[in-house]
Amino acid sequence: MNIQTLTNWLDERLSISSVAAMAQKKEVPLHRHSIWYYFGGMTLFLFCVQVVTGILLLLYYRPSAENAFESVQFIITEVKFGWLIRSIHSWSANLMIATLFIHMFSVFFLRAYYPPREITWLSGVFLLFIVVCFGFSGYLLPWNKLAFFATKVGTEIAGVVPIVGRPMLRFLRGGDDVTGATLTRFFGFHVAVLPATATVFLAVHVLLVQLHGMHVPKKYEHNYRRMKFFPNFILRDLIGWILAIGVLAALAALFPWELGEKADPFAPAPAGIKPEWYFLFMFQTLKWLPAKILGMDGEVLGIMAFNGIAFLLFLVPFIDRDPENRRRRLIFNVIGVIALLFIVVMTIVGYVT
Amino acid sequence: MRYRSYKPFWTYVSYVGLTLVFCTAAAAQKKSSCIECHIKLEDTRLSAPAKLFDNDIHKSRGLSCNDCHGGDPNADTKEAAKDPSKGFLGKPKALDIPAYCGKCHSDANLMKRFNPSLRVDQEREYYTSVHGKLLKEKNEARVATCISCHSVHGIRSPSDPLSSVYPSNVAETCSKCHASADYMKPFGIPSDQYPKYKTSVHAKALYEKQDLSAPTCNDCHGNHGATPPGIASVANVCGQCHARQAELFQTSPHKAAFDQKQLGECITCHSNHAILKPGDQMIGTGAGALCVNCHSSGDKGFAAAGMMRSRIDELIAGIDKSNAILTQAERKGMEVSKPKFELKGATDALTHARVLIHSSSTAEVEKVVGPGLEVAGKGYQAGLAALGEWRFRRQGLAVSLIFILFLAVLVYLKIRQIEGRQIVKTISKT
Repeated sequence: MNIQTLTNWLDERLSISSVAAMAQKKEVPLHRHSIWYYFGGMTLFLFCVQVVTGILLLLYYRPSAENAFESVQFIITEVKFGWLIRSIHSWSANLMIATLFIHMFSVFFLRAYYPPREITWLSGVFLLFIVVCFGFSGYLLPWNKLAFFATKVGTEIAGVVPIVGRPMLRFLRGGDDVTGATLTRFFGFHVAVLPATATVFLAVHVLLVQLHGMHVPKKYEHNYRRMKFFPNFILRDLIGWILAIGVLAALAALFPWELGEKADPFAPAPAGIKPEWYFLFMFQTLKWLPAKILGMDGEVLGIMAFNGIAFLLFLVPFIDRDPENRRRRLIFNVIGVIALLFIVVMTIVGYVT
Repeated sequence: MRYRSYKPFWTYVSYVGLTLVFCTAAAAQKKSSCIECHIKLEDTRLSAPAKLFDNDIHKSRGLSCNDCHGGDPNADTKEAAKDPSKGFLGKPKALDIPAYCGKCHSDANLMKRFNPSLRVDQEREYYTSVHGKLLKEKNEARVATCISCHSVHGIRSPSDPLSSVYPSNVAETCSKCHASADYMKPFGIPSDQYPKYKTSVHAKALYEKQDLSAPTCNDCHGNHGATPPGIASVANVCGQCHARQAELFQTSPHKAAFDQKQLGECITCHSNHAILKPGDQMIGTGAGALCVNCHSSGDKGFAAAGMMRSRIDELIAGIDKSNAILTQAERKGMEVSKPKFELKGATDALTHARVLIHSSSTAEVEKVVGPGLEVAGKGYQAGLAALGEWRFRRQGLAVSLIFILFLAVLVYLKIRQIEGRQIVKTISKT
């Protein structure tokens, strides 16, 4: 059986030629802001890195309070290139969240959510929260001191939400305190629930991007060139991915992700404990809020406000839906810039203080 | 229904009545003409007891002046209150104080009513102390009695941090007499124990680390039966806490030699009140070593001391070397927590060796130093391996980056090639 026969056999069953023809036809708009198109693909690539390295880590990781720390220690000291896989998994997770934020803000400022792309935006926001949950649940898995207390503080914050807070805290922790039960639970979320959910939303998101094509900002609507998706755009994407592998390898080799000390539930919390950088702006805001605001608990109010903002994020394409409404566009630009500045400034303040 | 409605009313009336009766009775019982008069007196010698008594543990247990001094606290005149026919005893003489306090404190049945766990042998024990013996046998009134340590009228529980016999206050309390050269002169005993104790490792633990389990005067000398331990029993006293060292010393050749020369077992090397933190310099044959006080070059003990010191020094050097290389690897981002933890085995061996020198046996010391050196050696090897791995990672990264960049350039060239062809196609079409 030669290759042509095999291709024909597969084509009859999978219609590969029609997919190839579609890929040949697909084009990417070229204008001043085309660079932002690459961040979606980069996020997807880093997600794939996460899946591969995560599966490799799963071969040795043991999800229990007694064994988790030791198994990660074993991975990075005894397993051949285990340190590399673990460090790449940790660095890639952080880079993925960074590229995801860049992708989201670029979509926001370029108005890529205008009709008919509302569902693409919705699936993207869902993916953002899923990825953040990936980060939160994965952070606890090495069962080290910092992760233990960060999870304690994080779940406590979730617990102050009125009405649903307490049951949610118990659900997340698998009891009243952060214990081995929390670790097992977070492991379940991290390797089963979240990947399954992410796959569904990712499929919808990517499918819709293919269906609607890349969005062209209004300014360039009548004045842009085109580039073939395959092979021109995909090869450029490939250069980015290859360089991303280089960056990940350099970060893993030069700054291997620390393991720290094993979690001790009876030890006092280390001084100046902080969450991961992508939660830092929220953490710093909650720290700065006064104890009482208009007679209400400041922390509760802050958490409710963040929940409100998260909800509003879903509504963006339904509030700003008219490309001709310049006033609304200006308001959304101002809101976007303020939000971006707020996140950057509060993250820096949280990091420095 | 009507009958029922009256019942609660009369019940309440009877409750109120009974409460009033009890309050009146309690108020009558609490009256103390002693306090009322003494607190107003201008002479502080006479007013101080009334003021101090407010914080006294006896007051908190419902006792009053008359329970010790007798008399009638309900009487309104001085004469009636101090009527000898009502059992007024007045101020006890110093010689009578132990028996005075012992009236209650030696009575097990009585003490059970206030504090069932409190011992009742303090008075008996007191008479076995140097203080008690001088008081009883020589009528020496200058010795310490109950009130000298526990104070008087303002007596607090020993667990109260303000008590004069609270662990961190004991040395100061004893020093009131024992640090006074003039006061101690008639008894012919030194008065430098307190300043010496303050320089000791025990005092540092007690005052600086706030470790209340650290020994103070009464932990070695006893409290009510306070006596210098004496040469024969000093090892037993130290051995209460330093059990392993005491046990090893008993089996060492030093035991017989010290007994023969009438030397205090622990204190000969460690001193008594000014016990400093022991260091490795104390053992061996070099400068600062205590062994050379008795041993000289050529004797068996001299050689053993030198051997033990050199092996301990070797172990210290081995641990330091391993620690240094592991720390270096750690600073380079290598995960070395496991070998660092395992190195604790060598540190434990060092601690054990320092204890085992009390056996004066080089063989015993060698039993732990040898394995300790082995552990330290493994730690060093782990450090070397970690640094080797670090170098390998850097080299591997350099090679990988060259390959990655080469690949990226190849893809770039491919793009240029494809786009060049596409431009040619477009031109030929037009």
